[in-house]
Amino acid sequence: MERPLTEGMRPDGEPLTLEEYEALGGYEGLRKAVAQMTPEAVLEEVKRANLLGRGGAGFPAGSKWSYVPSVRDVPKPRYVAVNGDEMEPGTFKDRLLMERNPHQLIEGTMLCAYATYADFAYVFVRWEYRKAARALEKAIAEAYEAGFLGRRILGTDFDLQMGLHVSAGRYMCGEALGMLNVLEGRRAIPRTKPPHPTLSGLWGKPTVVNNVETICNVPHIVRKGAAWFNGLSLTPGDGGTKLYGVSGRVKRPGLWELPMGTTLREILEEHAGGMQGGYRLRGLLPGGASTEFITDQDLDVKMDFTALQRVGSRLGTGTIVVLDDKTCPVGMVYSLEAFFARESCGWCTPCRDGLPWTAQTIGAIEQGEGRDGDLERLELQSRFLGPGYTFCYLAPGAMEPIRGALRWFRPDFEAHIREKRCPWR
Amino acid sequence: MCCRTWTGKHGKGAGVLTEEERREIEEETERSGHWAAASLDALQIVQRHRGWVSDELLRETAEILRMTPDELDNVATFFSLIFRRPVGKHVILLCDSVSCWVMGYNQVREHLSARLGIGPGQTTADGLFTLLPVACLGACDRAPAMMIDEELYGGLNPNEIDRILATYQRDKA
Repeated sequence: MERPLTEGMRPDGEPLTLEEYEALGGYEGLRKAVAQMTPEAVLEEVKRANLLGRGGAGFPAGSKWSYVPSVRDVPKPRYVAVNGDEMEPGTFKDRLLMERNPHQLIEGTMLCAYATYADFAYVFVRWEYRKAARALEKAIAEAYEAGFLGRRILGTDFDLQMGLHVSAGRYMCGEALGMLNVLEGRRAIPRTKPPHPTLSGLWGKPTVVNNVETICNVPHIVRKGAAWFNGLSLTPGDGGTKLYGVSGRVKRPGLWELPMGTTLREILEEHAGGMQGGYRLRGLLPGGASTEFITDQDLDVKMDFTALQRVGSRLGTGTIVVLDDKTCPVGMVYSLEAFFARESCGWCTPCRDGLPWTAQTIGAIEQGEGRDGDLERLELQSRFLGPGYTFCYLAPGAMEPIRGALRWFRPDFEAHIREKRCPWR
Repeated sequence: MCCRTWTGKHGKGAGVLTEEERREIEEETERSGHWAAASLDALQIVQRHRGWVSDELLRETAEILRMTPDELDNVATFFSLIFRRPVGKHVILLCDSVSCWVMGYNQVREHLSARLGIGPGQTTADGLFTLLPVACLGACDRAPAMMIDEELYGGLNPNEIDRILATYQRDKA
């Protein structure tokens, strides 16, 4: 089985050097693109690859790039911003890609810039990812030194400057438009859409924002072609491999690169080794904190963007958080909602006021202070903080685990209210 | 620059930017090409030298960035890792997000608080540690996890916490 994103990574955990990356075929995609392909041809190849955005929303990367206006209509400067602000609870995949193979990310960013006629690229990394920031800082310097970045790249007309931006905490920095505000030196609050950043992003200029894992796939697509990339996946129309992770009380928590569309059962049982002794599976979040719970009824679902929607959830980031039978589901949901309430940027009222209210209600239930009608109010709240009522996706994402929990663990919530205590304590 | 440490230096007091700090901030504004775009980097420069960002230093930094002090404070107070109050010599960032919660966060927090004698947001009387909650550290396969300054620690339990804290306490002596 091919694992283009992770094969060749050093077993000692250190980042691949430029030399090591090139020995694995690194920068061949770039060489091929600038020598043999027009930017339009690169874009077309990425479109045909069916590369769906790995940040959680699953938007086709090639389509997003194609919304960037022509360079004749909107001249440079034009931007690419790579989102490495990984902070979705339960998610730990971009960390690996940035720490262990920074040049793969740099090459992918360059190809995105080439395809969209951008001349500035930012790699945005959260402060806590110290090792990743150091690896990227060194790799960007190496790439400049080797003539892959700067002016007249590889002797062509392609110019690109790249900078690393290290942030200083807050989940909202990973929201695409919040991230652009931070790059401009502002608070990470969202912006009104439309216009989308592909039309008007950084300083009002066209800007493509993509997730780290999305961008890391691009060198391989350009080098080996869209047909090869589609062939890596088990799901037509949803190309490539996927980094799947599992955390919680399983035997071997970890991260694996597998074909897109691998079943949840295979990931949990074969790769994560199943549940730890003495624990049983009660449910799980398939792709981080902003996805709906599913249960063992749906273990045979394919972990891809369409199949998970059919069972009422989402692939999200593809990193699974497991709830076991000895952990209180109400407490787990409270942990999730306390996170979202704290991380709300406060810009729009439903999120600023609604999320703390929701978290307090769940916290009270967990403490044995829940009241009749709380669950109905939570259901209503999960509708009114859903899509269409807020500026960005933070609050609607926060409602997904609540809806799933009320669907699958309602008797647990009711027991807390009835017994006026947490049955797990 | 952004990869250097920002905690652990507390010798220079809370007022008046040094020549070195001023030069670093000015370099950053040139590099970013837009005055205000360097605001978060500038705050990180101040914090790396002083451990936190005082009102006096915020005012001086704002002047370099062509911003009003309130504009810069508006940025500074958004970010959980820009400190507008003094912190201890070592900053503990304890992950309280979902995977760590499932894997025993409550026990870890209680043990840390008991050992240090402080709650989240507080600094020990000897000024050695500040304890802060942090959003998911992206170390979910090693939960429960925390960072002390720039080091990541996973698989936490009471014994492990005692062992880790002892290395920092020895460092002080």
